[in-house]
Amino acid sequence: MEQRHLTCIGCPMGCQLTVEMDKGEVLSVSGNTCKRGDIYARKEVTNPTRIVTSTIAVKEGDKERVSCKTANDIPKDKIFAVMQDINHAVCKAPVKIGDILIENAAGTGVAVIATRDIRKIS
Amino acid sequence: MNKVDIVIVGGGPAGLAAAVAAKKAGCDSILILERDGELGGILNQCIHNGFGLHTFKEELTGPEYAGRFIRQALDLNIDYKLNTMVMDISPEKVITAMNRTDGMFQIQAGAVILAMGCRERPRGALNIPGYRPAGIFSAGTAQRLVNIEGYMPGREVVILGSGDIGLIMARRMTLEGAKVKVVAELMPYSGGLKRNIVQCLDDYGIPLKLSHTVIDIEGKEHISAVTIAEVGPDRRPIPGTEERYTCDTLLLSCGLIPENELSQSAGIEMSRITSGPVVNESLETNVTGIFACGNVLHVHDLVDYVSEEAGRAGENAVKYVKGQLDDNASGKLIKLAATDGARYTVPSTIDPGRMDENLTVRFRVGDVYKDSYVSVYYGDERVQHRKRQILAPGEMEQVIVKKEDLLKRPEMETITIKIEKE
Repeated sequence: MEQRHLTCIGCPMGCQLTVEMDKGEVLSVSGNTCKRGDIYARKEVTNPTRIVTSTIAVKEGDKERVSCKTANDIPKDKIFAVMQDINHAVCKAPVKIGDILIENAAGTGVAVIATRDIRKIS
Repeated sequence: MNKVDIVIVGGGPAGLAAAVAAKKAGCDSILILERDGELGGILNQCIHNGFGLHTFKEELTGPEYAGRFIRQALDLNIDYKLNTMVMDISPEKVITAMNRTDGMFQIQAGAVILAMGCRERPRGALNIPGYRPAGIFSAGTAQRLVNIEGYMPGREVVILGSGDIGLIMARRMTLEGAKVKVVAELMPYSGGLKRNIVQCLDDYGIPLKLSHTVIDIEGKEHISAVTIAEVGPDRRPIPGTEERYTCDTLLLSCGLIPENELSQSAGIEMSRITSGPVVNESLETNVTGIFACGNVLHVHDLVDYVSEEAGRAGENAVKYVKGQLDDNASGKLIKLAATDGARYTVPSTIDPGRMDENLTVRFRVGDVYKDSYVSVYYGDERVQHRKRQILAPGEMEQVIVKKEDLLKRPEMETITIKIEKE
């Protein structure tokens, strides 16, 4: 049996949660004061995911960089692999909000999309 | 002199929401004056997500949230001038501004909406001893360099202050390959959201040292190291707790200050607590026809609240230029007081005749309170008493005041908001 300690992000209380696990299965969650803590802890220890936001270099645009995000959340342990793909990518103006800039970031099956418009400069 | 019904100073989230609401309320003569080269304000550099849960019921990044309001403003054909610096606002609502195309120009405004936002507390206001080398940035400046310009300020970073921008930048610099060694916070609690502490610091193993501050900066040309020490309850460094961190960058995230130089020259009364204008229920300052909203009024934690508040300022400005704002004025002014842990309220006064059916009063607490009650007193009578598991200075709080309740109490002079143990 193993124990994992987490801080709940549901509200400013920041309850210190303790999750008891056995072979990857959650046995119990304690330390939470509401149901949100329980839900958060179970997800966080079995399948933690995050949205990654960054910027990608743009050619011929009115800005040097276009802001971007993963279209869905990705596994937490893939954050740096996704960042590596983002840092190697270059796109060309014009760019529209929602345009796909990387189709399948770091093999996660999740796309990286633009979060702002970039105009082309002639 | 050109005449415009409503001039809005600032094209960030507050200015945009005020303009959109004013246009929808039936005003066609609106002009936004924006200092930057594009609309959207600081949201353009806040590329992280978490915006818009209240307004759009989905989680957006800063540029996406700004983009939705910019799109609305453009669709409504609202006029704006970019790269335009407002130099002065007179009590008669004459705006003096300049830009490279028009030179210096003046506009007679029917109403003015102040939406200039806030700026970061700089090093000079923090009294940090030591050298004054390059490599010290406010967190927001670093955010702009990394996210808009595409430059990295440095590779080995120490952050002073645990405000949300500092936390967000700790993650951002880490993702871009920098080593963030420590975040030091003077207070015994963080000013940032729990979620940011977990997802920006804990996720990357960045230590947060509460009750710590920077007591020395080394490096003559460029910063080379800082010394951090623990502080006691008097917030003075405790000898013997010093730790030295080598670094090439120090980021400061030590609070935001509403940017009100223009308001002061217009003769607007200011609050010493919020550093923003004192406003009534219509978000109108003591200079009639000049309204304020967003972070220039008081620093908000969520942009959704800025948009909502700015929308009300826009609608009230339209009523003012149409001569309708005082239609139901009662001439009676109820004062709002914040005591026993509540630090301030926005607004500061209510004319029951001019308010909507429900009025949202926003406030902040001065300390962390657990298992306490937010109480609202009408005169000496306690009318609201709501238990809260936690209240923290970093989170804006609100109570709702009902018009019918005020009309029922014609003798009432003061509404008081308090934090009570029971």
